This record gives sequence, C-alpha cells and structure tokens, in this order.
Amino acid sequence: MITQASNYKQRKIVDQFMRGLMVGATILALIPLFLILGYVIFRGASSLSLAFFTEAYKAPQMSLTGDVQSAGGVLHGIVGSILIVGASLLFALPIGILAGVFLAEYPANSVATTVRFATDVLSAAPSIVVGVVAYILIVQRTKQFSGLAGSVALAVLMIPVITRTTEEILKLVPHTVREAAIALGTPKWKTTFTVVLPAATSGIVTGALLAFARATGETAPLLLTVLGNNNLGYSLLEPLAALPLLTYKYTEMPFPELNDLAWGTALVLTGLVLSVNLLARWATRSRLK
Amino acid sequence: MAKNEANSIHLQDLKPFYGSFQAVAPVNTTFASRAITAMIGPSGCGKSTVIRCINRLHENIPGARVEGKVLLGEQNLYGREMEPQAVRRRIGMVFQQPNPLRMLSIEQNVAIGLKLEGRPKKELAERVEASLRRAALWDEVKDKLRESSLALSGGQQQRLCIARTIALEPEVILLDEPCAALDPISTLKIEDLLLELKQQYTVVIVTHNMQQAARISDRTLVFMVDTSVARPRGLMVEEGETLQIFTAPQDLRTQDYISGRVG
Amino acid sequence: MSQKEENSSFYEVWQRRTQHGDLLFGWLTLFFGLVVITLVFAIGYVVWSGSAEARDRFGFGFLFQTGWNPVKHNFGAMPAIYGTLVSSLIAVTLAGPLGILIAVFLSELCPLHLRNPLSFLIELLAAIPSVIYGMWGVFVFIPFFKSGIAKPLASTVGQWLPLFAGPVAAGRGVMVAGIILAIMILPTIAAIAREILAVVPNHQREALLAVGATRWEMIWYGVLPYSRAGIVGGIMLGLGRALGETMAALMVIGSAKSTIENSLFAPGITAAALIASELPNANDSLHESTLILIALVLFGITLILNILARLLVWQVSRGPVGTIRA
Repeated sequence: MITQASNYKQRKIVDQFMRGLMVGATILALIPLFLILGYVIFRGASSLSLAFFTEAYKAPQMSLTGDVQSAGGVLHGIVGSILIVGASLLFALPIGILAGVFLAEYPANSVATTVRFATDVLSAAPSIVVGVVAYILIVQRTKQFSGLAGSVALAVLMIPVITRTTEEILKLVPHTVREAAIALGTPKWKTTFTVVLPAATSGIVTGALLAFARATGETAPLLLTVLGNNNLGYSLLEPLAALPLLTYKYTEMPFPELNDLAWGTALVLTGLVLSVNLLARWATRSRLK
Repeated sequence: MAKNEANSIHLQDLKPFYGSFQAVAPVNTTFASRAITAMIGPSGCGKSTVIRCINRLHENIPGARVEGKVLLGEQNLYGREMEPQAVRRRIGMVFQQPNPLRMLSIEQNVAIGLKLEGRPKKELAERVEASLRRAALWDEVKDKLRESSLALSGGQQQRLCIARTIALEPEVILLDEPCAALDPISTLKIEDLLLELKQQYTVVIVTHNMQQAARISDRTLVFMVDTSVARPRGLMVEEGETLQIFTAPQDLRTQDYISGRVG
Repeated sequence: MSQKEENSSFYEVWQRRTQHGDLLFGWLTLFFGLVVITLVFAIGYVVWSGSAEARDRFGFGFLFQTGWNPVKHNFGAMPAIYGTLVSSLIAVTLAGPLGILIAVFLSELCPLHLRNPLSFLIELLAAIPSVIYGMWGVFVFIPFFKSGIAKPLASTVGQWLPLFAGPVAAGRGVMVAGIILAIMILPTIAAIAREILAVVPNHQREALLAVGATRWEMIWYGVLPYSRAGIVGGIMLGLGRALGETMAALMVIGSAKSTIENSLFAPGITAAALIASELPNANDSLHESTLILIALVLFGITLILNILARLLVWQVSRGPVGTIRA
C-alpha cells in the first residue's frame, strides 16, 4: 500500500518555498543587469552624435543666454584606448601564449602546477595593486604619466587570461593530430608551431579577445598610470585619455552636458566589451560544437 | 500467491521514454511478492530503465517520461493523485554503485529516510539497529555508528545502503546491479542477504551476471536489444521460472544469450 | 598528459620530452612559464620595497588609527580598512546566499532549455566594466536608494539602531557600495558554485530521492553538504574580488577618509579607492609610500584569501577522497 508520510504536507510547503526562493534569486540577479544595460543603451544612445566620434573634449562654456555649449566628443578617448590596449596586447600575447603552450605541452609537473597557481593568483590580484606597481616602476622613474605605463599594467592583467585560454584550447587539439606529426619524426617544437598552434588559432584568438575585453574596461590602473588627457594625443609616452577614464571623469563633473557624454562613453565602452565577449564566446562555441 | 497479492507489482503496457524515443517495447509482467525476480540481458536492453520506472525514478532524468501503468496490488503508481515521493518511500532502491551519503555518519545514513519523515529520535535508534542487523552489518559497525560511512569497504557500503532501504520498511526492494562494483565474497554476502529479505519483501534485481540470477532468483525476465526496428530499443523476450529459463529457454535469443553466444 | 608523467619528477619528464632536439623549444616555453611566476613575486617585491619609507616610519600601526590628513602627515588608515571590510562583508552577505541559490537553481531545477541562456545572462554581469557599475550607481541607484530605502529605514529602524541612522543626504555611503559590490561579485560566486555542484555525483542525489526526499531535501541533505568546501571557496573568491574592487567603490562610497561613522548610510572610503584617488597626485614621498603600503596590505590579504579559496575549490573539484572504484 502506497501511503504518503504523515509530515509530507509541511515538507512539500518547504520544498515549494525554497524553489520559489531560487527562482526569485535568479530573477533578482537579472534585474540590475537589465536596468544597467537599459539605462546605458537609452541614455547613451541619446547623447551619441557625429561630433561624439569625431571631436575631442571642448571646455563647456556658458553663453550669454545661459545655455552651455556642446562639450565636444570622445575621439581622444577612443584613440587613447586603442593605443593603450593595443600596446598591452603586444606585450601580453607572446608571454601569455608561450606560457600557455608550456602548460599544455608539459602539463604534469611541479613547475607547471606553480605556473597555473601563479596565473590564478595573478588573475585575482586587485587591478589597483597592479596599477600601483606600474606607477612605481614607470611613472615614478620617468617622472611622467604615460600611456605606456598603462599598457604595462593592462598587459599584466591580460596575461593570466591569455595563458589559461591557450592552455585549455591546446589541450583540446586531438592527440591524433599531434601523434601523426610525431610519428613522422617531426620534432616537438615544429609540431607545436606547424600543427598544434594553427589548429588552435581560433582558441588563441578567443583568449586575446577575452583579454582585450577585460583590459578595455579596466579603469583603476589607468588612473595611476595614464592619468587622462583632455586633448587628442597619439604618443604612448605622454598622458592619454581612455574611454573608461572619460566615463569616470564625466560622471563626477557637475555639468549635465558632461554627464550625457559619460552615458555616451559608457554605451560605447559597454557595447565594445560585451560584443567582444560575445564574439569570443561564439568563436569557442563553434570550435567546441 | 493470492494472499500476498497486495504486494506484487504489475507492469501494464509500460513504455519508458527519453524525450520522444521509446527506450523499451511495451512491457507486461508481474513481480510476485515474497520472491526474487531477476531481470537479465545484455547492456542497453532497457532492464535498468524498466526497474527505475517502478519507483518513479526514471522520470527524474531531464526529458524522460513514462507511459502505461505500474500497479502495486491495486494501486496505480502513475495515478493522478500519486506523488513520486510517496512511491519511493514504499518502494526502496539499491543502486549499482554503493552510494552512502558522504557527509553523514553510518547511523545517519540508515536513519535518513525516517528522519525526513519526522519520526521521533527513540524510534530512529531502534530502527537503525534493527535495519543494520537485518542487513547483517550490525556486528561490523556497532562500535563506529558515528563514524563516516566512507570508512567502510565497498561491500559493507552496499549493505549499508540496503539497511537504509529497509529502515523504511518498504513493500518492495529494487536492486539495480547491486553487486557490479563488488568482489566475489561481498557479492555472496549480499546474495545471502537477499534470500533472507525475500521472506518478507517483493525483491526485483537487475543483474548482468547470469550465475547470480540462477543462484538466487525464483523468476527471471530476459531482455534483449531489438534491432528489427529503426532505432534499436529494449525488448522483453521471455519470462518464466528461473529453472525453466536456464534449462529450457523457449526463445532462440535467450538460448544464445545464456549459452554465451551473444551479449 | 599521460598517466605515467603524473608521478615522475619534473626533471625526468623534462629529459624525456627534450631529447629530440626540442631543447630550445622546451627552454623557451619554460622561460615564459617562469615569467608568469616571476610577475607574482615582482608585484609583491615592488610593493614591499616601495612602501619601505612608510613601514620604517609607522610600522603597521597606522592601519589601526583614524585621521587622514596627508598635508599634515597624519596617516590613519583605519577608516579605509573599515570601509573595505564592511562594504565587502555587506557584498558577500548579500551575494553569497543569492549566488548559491542561483547556482542551485541553474544546476538542479532549471529546465534544460533555459539553463544556458540564464547562465549566460548571469555571466554577462561579470563582463560589464566596473566603471559602468559606478556610473550607474551614481546616476540611477543612489537616487533610488536614498529615497526608497535609506530614508524609510533611517526614520524607523535607524531611530534606535545606529547602523541605519541618518542623515542620508549624501546618498553615497558604505551600504550603497556594499550593494553595488554584491551585484558585481554575484556572477563569480554563482559560477564557481555551479562548477562545484556539477561535480556532485548523481548517485548522491538518487540516494536521497530513493528514500522519498523532496527536491529541496535532496539538495539540503545531499548536494549542498557534499559541495560545502568548494562553495565556501567560491564565496572567498568573491570576497577577494570585493576587497580589491576599485572603481565602483570609489564612485559610490563617498570619500570620507578621516573618520569612521556608525551608520552604514554615511560616506566612507575603501583602501583601493583611497589609493586610486590620492596616489596620482600625492604630495610627497611619504604620502606615496603610505599609499603603497596600503596597497601592500591589500595585496597580502587578497593573496592569502585566494590561496585558501583555491585550495578549497581544488580539493573538491579534484575528486573527493575515498570513493569506491568500480
């Protein structure tokens, strides 16, 4: 005879309650996501214009009627971000990829375990601390804030991302591919460079994209190294503007016109970071099926 | 047979599905009470799927569902008012891999089902001891009831799982290849235990091991993979007294299987 | 890679792997592996030596004093330590339970076709740059929080509980920072908890279902105890992120660097925010060195937290001890 336990009604209520709580928690987490994206898209879109992309900063001036003139655009920030992040990719890619190759090709030994642990520690290190290090090593020595110092800080933050993605992807390259090459007597290094790495290209591109996305949004280390600049600049040896720095500065300004620019910058920045993230995700998905 | 009719299980047109795929051809059979019924057959023949339908565990797999009826006596286990939790507490199950709850002690493992039902502490202690005695484990663990169940050997863990099952005093005990992960000596201990348990329970056992079925079961169901349909699925090809199945199988496929030519 | 190599020493593997003229390649990749290790030590060393002046002058005692006035060489980092700890604790208190609930929902309850889209959306929270959180906090969340939450709380509970006392005029404060940080670390905690839950073997779930447990009882008695250590590790990683997070805290916490207020609605400062706001325009070398010393403390704390957390997570995901091998 099947009978229900005498306390089952209460247990079922608890069960339903906890299920409700879990669904509620998930919805609760999505609310800020949609609010943030919604605000950034709508307030950002309304402040976009041609000048936004083609002009650098103009000091807002009060006209006689009390209107404030346009504060210009964020071209200087776009250029600065491209220069700084581009340079940091140049530093980080070779180091990150080769360290990843090391982890994938010589995976099971104490050195590799230590390297893996170091990448974990590095990826969790507060970005401000990395910024402080770049400040001490470069800004203090050269007595000059510079895009280069920012690139170095961002490169350090990128390396763990690139290393771990490279390792993961290289491990996915089928053994048969490797063994076919080794069976022909090809040395390991040649196998790696001519067979394994090309097979893993899309994965390594993914790592670079993720690193790019992480670095583009980073703000704190740039405050200590790149400082910011109101003018359009092209030299990595001087202070530069950058999109996240502009978002921060324009948010803190008491002028609504600049606040609008902050929203516009936020839209460009968020759009860039999220779409690069999506691209990276799509690249790995098509690879992993 | 008739007087124990209330505890026997009847499968009527039982069709287990994974998504839209019907994994086993409709099964019609009866598992008698106070007897051991064995289900044998090669891998993929659906015997585990069928046994998991009896305590409504099959539907726990995402996308899986069941059509047809399973009756315990007169009650339809898939009836509208029937909750799977009620079915499972009355129809116990022992799994292929001994699965004591890792974070619980030996004592708590046996008592977990009763604890969920809110039985008083005193009753728990009594039932734990009684169940462990019936599972022939009491003497081995009585001094370490508070210790982790992981300290036990595989065979002991499996007997612990049997104790956990009988602590709820179910009507039916289902065993899904209970000895697959055990050594021969532990296997014999479990078999002795099952012969003991059949005095009181309806016992259904899925096994890969034909000798085991021959040793302990009263009736045997033979499952095969039916390759005559577009997508091969399980099929019950023969059922009967165990002696008859192993000495005079009627079905050609059964003959091949028990003589070791397939499977 | 192969089973054999797991137990041999690094040197043996090295010899075997490098005998076919691959020496250069091996050394090259090893070099870059070592570069990564060196980076960690370099960060520690640079911050250590950069803070020498402040360490010689104050030791670590200044961490427990209030009063911050760089011009008068008055450095008391207690408000920053307090703000960091309290805002991070608020964040973990909110995000910990939520993250676990979300992870359990996604791995134990969620219909299959919703699982990937939902976890993708949760992960998206982690991809949004922190400066965007800060800005959204300043323009959207703070005005809402001030009138919708802080004011009602301050005028009721705040009357007798100083933690929630007014005034709330500033809007920016420790509580707001904690909430924004909670949103930011939520995906970290949820993602790690999900990974850990995925390691729980199905037979543990079925053990409970087979004795008539409800879904929640299965989770509570089977799944969660099994994954306890890993989930604690995930929460610690989330805490580490919250402690080191700079921009969001800098923008919404309010920069009260000198004193500690009782109320969570009052402005405060975090260590990271203090460094970010003062280091670029520090007055003199002692000021710089003091800020670097704070960075050292921050690095040390997050480092220890991370090592502990990873050990916990590794211990679980590597496979539990004492399983039966079939």
